[in-house]
Amino acid sequence: MELIFEGIKKAFWLLVTIDPEVMGITLLSLKVSGIATLISLVIGISSGTAIALSGFPGKKIVVSLINTGMGLPPVVVGLFVTIFLWRSGPLGFLGILYTPAAMITAQTVIATPIVMGITVAAMQQLPKKLRLQILALGATRLQMVWVLIKEARLLLLAAVMAGFGGVISEIGASIMVGGNIKGYTRVLTTATVMETSKGNFDIAIALGIILLALAYFVNLILTHVQQRERPR
Amino acid sequence: MKRITGILVIVWLLIALCGIFKISPAIGADKNIILATTTSTQDSGLLDVLIPVFEKKTGYFVKTISVGSGQAMAMGQKGEADVLLVHSPDAEKKLVADGYGVNRWLVMHNDFIVVGPPADPAKVKGMKDTVEVFKKIASTKNLFMSRGDNSGTHAKEKAIWKVAGVNYEREKWYQQTGLGMGQTLNVASEKNAYTLADRGTYLALKKRLGLDILAEGDAVLLNIYHVIEVNPAKFSKVNAGGAKAFADFMVSKESQGIIKTFGIDKFGSPLFFPDAGKQVEELGR
Repeated sequence: MELIFEGIKKAFWLLVTIDPEVMGITLLSLKVSGIATLISLVIGISSGTAIALSGFPGKKIVVSLINTGMGLPPVVVGLFVTIFLWRSGPLGFLGILYTPAAMITAQTVIATPIVMGITVAAMQQLPKKLRLQILALGATRLQMVWVLIKEARLLLLAAVMAGFGGVISEIGASIMVGGNIKGYTRVLTTATVMETSKGNFDIAIALGIILLALAYFVNLILTHVQQRERPR
Repeated sequence: MKRITGILVIVWLLIALCGIFKISPAIGADKNIILATTTSTQDSGLLDVLIPVFEKKTGYFVKTISVGSGQAMAMGQKGEADVLLVHSPDAEKKLVADGYGVNRWLVMHNDFIVVGPPADPAKVKGMKDTVEVFKKIASTKNLFMSRGDNSGTHAKEKAIWKVAGVNYEREKWYQQTGLGMGQTLNVASEKNAYTLADRGTYLALKKRLGLDILAEGDAVLLNIYHVIEVNPAKFSKVNAGGAKAFADFMVSKESQGIIKTFGIDKFGSPLFFPDAGKQVEELGR
């Protein structure tokens, strides 16, 4: 119990004194996971909408694959991304293994199915007649899609939160493709594991608290946006 | 509502964009070195002291990947690392003999210790011969925690069991954690088990562990670190210049001086002993 108090005290201290190393780690976590979420939003919402709105043979199989992908284990993603990015691997010429770019790649792979799966569900939940109605009012197909996305925005914001929550708390992929390099690819989760194995439990607890606070803060903003308008 | 959302999205995009530009380092690929090393060098904090000195001096950027010695050498064998700092001498010799590594230099040593519950149910305290200690733990069937992760420590432990002639496979008293040294010590402490540890990690964690040193000082327990350059003739992408610069630095007077005093302020005694230029046979005398 005493250890937890020590950790909270340490977290407070690290935050108040604006410890440069901890700040760097926190900012990097935010950047890597933020960019990965952003990319996954572009891919996930566009392809999720396309899948939800179109009918094609094997759609059920595709959707079930996406839904499985929502639970993609980060370590497995990390393993495959590592093998692809190895010098001897198919993408080795990029030379981005053990860089933040590699972490963004892996986290994008983790977040995209989450966003895509929720988008498909959100779009399919909208009444079918709405589409006909919008088209009947003279909208182009593109305009119709835009209106539908706006209609589904509450759930789509939930997709953002789920995607971001998934990657900021993820460790397996980050440590494998990033390597936990000090001042370069060390993020909150990998630093927490390292400090734990070093026996610095107070710093580990402090980093954990900062991670929780960060996730809460980001979700607070998103929830605020989501709840501005009451659902009808 | 719309405006606020818009502003938030724009702010986010800006942060993200700044991020992309800031994140991609302005360092050419030939200035990057991948160092594959053991967890003990990182967890003890030694590399945090040595690497900034090296980077400042040479302008190289070192990507330290700290894994077990087994995995570090596997990375070398695939050409995925440029230089290795490891402590598993037999496997290292094989790596060099197979042509994957070149220029293997002795850097430093410290020692392994047998730790266990202070009550010492196997009554091994004070025994000089480590092989006998292992035999006694086995014959009294006291719980022994193994790293089980192909690390240098695990290799040493297996070697000692082999000399002791104990078959530990499928024995109930023998358990593998598959974790790093720090974690394994924590598990051993919780379960009142014996384990083999490197002194540096034990000292760093000592205050939270319910484990005492029960055997030490045997010549078998030497823990020797070598630096090895990955053979550039085998892998064209290996940064040979950087690897050589790092190896040269590790055996230089400057880094040997840092190693000599590292840890004294925190633990009262050094964690590693510099050995550049010595022969392995001279150690521990």
